[in-house]
Amino acid sequence: MVKRFLYSQKVAPYVFVLPFILVFLLFWVYPLGSSVSMGFQKITIGQEAQWVGLDNYTKMLGDEIFLKAIKNSFVYMVLTIVILIPFPMLFAVLINSKMMWAREFFKSAFFLPALTSVVVAGTIFRLMFGEMETSLTNSFLGLFGLEPVKFLKGQTTGFIALLTLATWRWTGVNMLYFLSGLKNIPEEYYEAASIDGASAAQKFFRITIPMLKPTTIYVVTISIYAGLAMFVESLMLWNGNNSPKNIGLTIVGYLYRQGIEKNEMGYAAAVGIVLLLIAMIINLTQLTLTGMFRKGE
Amino acid sequence: MRKKWLIVLMVMSMVMFLWGCSKSSSTSSGGESSVLEGGAGEGATELSYWTFVELHGQHFEKMLEKWNAANPDKQIKLNVTVMPYDDMHNKLSIAVQTGQGAPDISDIEVGKFPDFLKGEPQLVPLNDVVEPYKDTIVQSRLDMYAKDGNYYGAPTHVGAALAFYNTEILEAAGVDYKAIDTWEDYKKAGQQVYEKTGKYMGTADTSALWQINMMLAEQSSDLTDDSGKPIVNSPEMVKGLSILKDLQDSNVLATVAGGQPDTEEAYGEFNQGNYASAMMPFWFTSRFVNYMPDLAGKIAIAPIPVIEKGQPRSYGGGGTGTVVTKTAKDVQLAKEFVAFAKLSADANVEIWNTLGFDPINMDVWSMEDVTHNPENKFNQYFVNNAFDVLNEIKDGIQQIKSTAASPTINNVFGTTTLNEIFEDGKDVKQALDDAQASIEQQLQ
Repeated sequence: MVKRFLYSQKVAPYVFVLPFILVFLLFWVYPLGSSVSMGFQKITIGQEAQWVGLDNYTKMLGDEIFLKAIKNSFVYMVLTIVILIPFPMLFAVLINSKMMWAREFFKSAFFLPALTSVVVAGTIFRLMFGEMETSLTNSFLGLFGLEPVKFLKGQTTGFIALLTLATWRWTGVNMLYFLSGLKNIPEEYYEAASIDGASAAQKFFRITIPMLKPTTIYVVTISIYAGLAMFVESLMLWNGNNSPKNIGLTIVGYLYRQGIEKNEMGYAAAVGIVLLLIAMIINLTQLTLTGMFRKGE
Repeated sequence: MRKKWLIVLMVMSMVMFLWGCSKSSSTSSGGESSVLEGGAGEGATELSYWTFVELHGQHFEKMLEKWNAANPDKQIKLNVTVMPYDDMHNKLSIAVQTGQGAPDISDIEVGKFPDFLKGEPQLVPLNDVVEPYKDTIVQSRLDMYAKDGNYYGAPTHVGAALAFYNTEILEAAGVDYKAIDTWEDYKKAGQQVYEKTGKYMGTADTSALWQINMMLAEQSSDLTDDSGKPIVNSPEMVKGLSILKDLQDSNVLATVAGGQPDTEEAYGEFNQGNYASAMMPFWFTSRFVNYMPDLAGKIAIAPIPVIEKGQPRSYGGGGTGTVVTKTAKDVQLAKEFVAFAKLSADANVEIWNTLGFDPINMDVWSMEDVTHNPENKFNQYFVNNAFDVLNEIKDGIQQIKSTAASPTINNVFGTTTLNEIFEDGKDVKQALDDAQASIEQQLQ
């Protein structure tokens, strides 16, 4: 009986996918469902939860700090995409080029930052961007006779620090994605183009970029999510979740502040749902526009 | 071919993701743990204790030895865990409310305490063990940790605000700190210091409320009204902050790295002699002794300046309540030990000896042999005796109430309002009105 069950061709596929389905249900569907329902409640742990309807969501609309958090996350996401798509692509092409020397060295050098912990990196960047004259960035600025800057106290300068950290950390990872995409482009295309007299720039724009499209779409998709969900970088850079004037507060940071610091689990859940919706909308739009859902791709 | 690469990408991203998860969880759950034996024997009960101030552990270590010697039948081993401020409070909050993983005894900072009193407190009332000591200690410090007549936390100190002057800088500028009575005097002295030495007289704090609490206390005002409603744009508040802003504009005060004196960055600035004074609660003595060794023998203590002569000259700032959780292994034992370690006369003497705090048992303030002990490292560090100043202002120590709105007020001021005023030069009245609106909105 058992044997027949196990050897049955009908059952086998289900048995194979079962672990995934279970994990999916337990760690994705269940938390999501419970967050949605929590979003409609006022929850103080240790006490009976109250149903409050849409209160959490209406409160959010008038919550300036929440809107600030959304703006921060959104700007961060856009800027990371602006920086972390073209440059890693360029570096990947350079490293992939046959004329490049010490390729393996550059590959690992670029990738190395991704292997350090954000906690360590964030702490070091905080010290580098310290406001004292003796901090690394300010001593550097001092060489050019510039006044010390309070990097982590201003919106623009704070974001410069945050983006420097992100760029330093993620360039190598995105570069590897693009490198693997480049390896996938048949050599014949370039040969044919050379025979037709195409210049290097033409080859890059007419062959490399279009052929890298699937990789680019993938990298953009994960960057959108990663940008919107950024939290630890900000937490470490400002040594806590409370940056001056909330310049470094992200959506997840706000969720953490409400849920963990203020024990407003219901409101925090609602913030989480909004984050999910924003990420879904942006990603689906982006994927539709780039034709990812079209048949036959 | 394309599919294969896609799979490689997926696998890579999964690995990165999972690796990231494990990495961040292992680093953030830190905190240093150590078990204090305190001469306990075989049958000792092990109690766990969380704190966010490493020095507090030293005090408990001393009191533990005394307890174990005095109570051979109820000996204790103490498992002390020190965690960063935010981490500890966040963890404790979740632990006590879910009923899992909480320590037996914990410190809670006054700014966070109201969060733990929301609804049904998951802490044990200490009334029966507080009772024997009640007459000897400052009542208002007990009230900070009370709800509906129940005392949930054992206070550590009074925290009377004092002025700490760097005499080396002041002498170089020809200023006598003893002559500073009002903020007007302070301003003149500060301008002289800036002209002569190019250094700033003090800090304009952007991440803590010590200074504005002092200003309010001098005017017998508060951050909240009698019903606990925030009133942060009151005329007294505008006046106090305008004075501070004026001091900043006259190069007397300047913002400091870290945002306030009680931060690592600021310890460095003070230690290098970049600021000539700090207005801080009494316990700042311990920060000088432990973190600013270069200033030994140069720091003099005085009452803080007032707006007008005759006003109260101090307020009780900061504070840590030690609590016993409902899930404690042995609630009664934990309670008795906390009372012994924080409230007994012995404990109060040790709080000065080890921690350098002003004890809540004010009888200790007049024990000459304790307060003027030449062996004491705090007495050796400062130019004059801290308790001489303390006894002088004893009757004028005001209290800023700790209410359910306090954590929100602290957060809005410490992150936004004070930065707007001192870093961006926003109009004081406007910044305070905005703060009031923001606080009301968040408390809804």
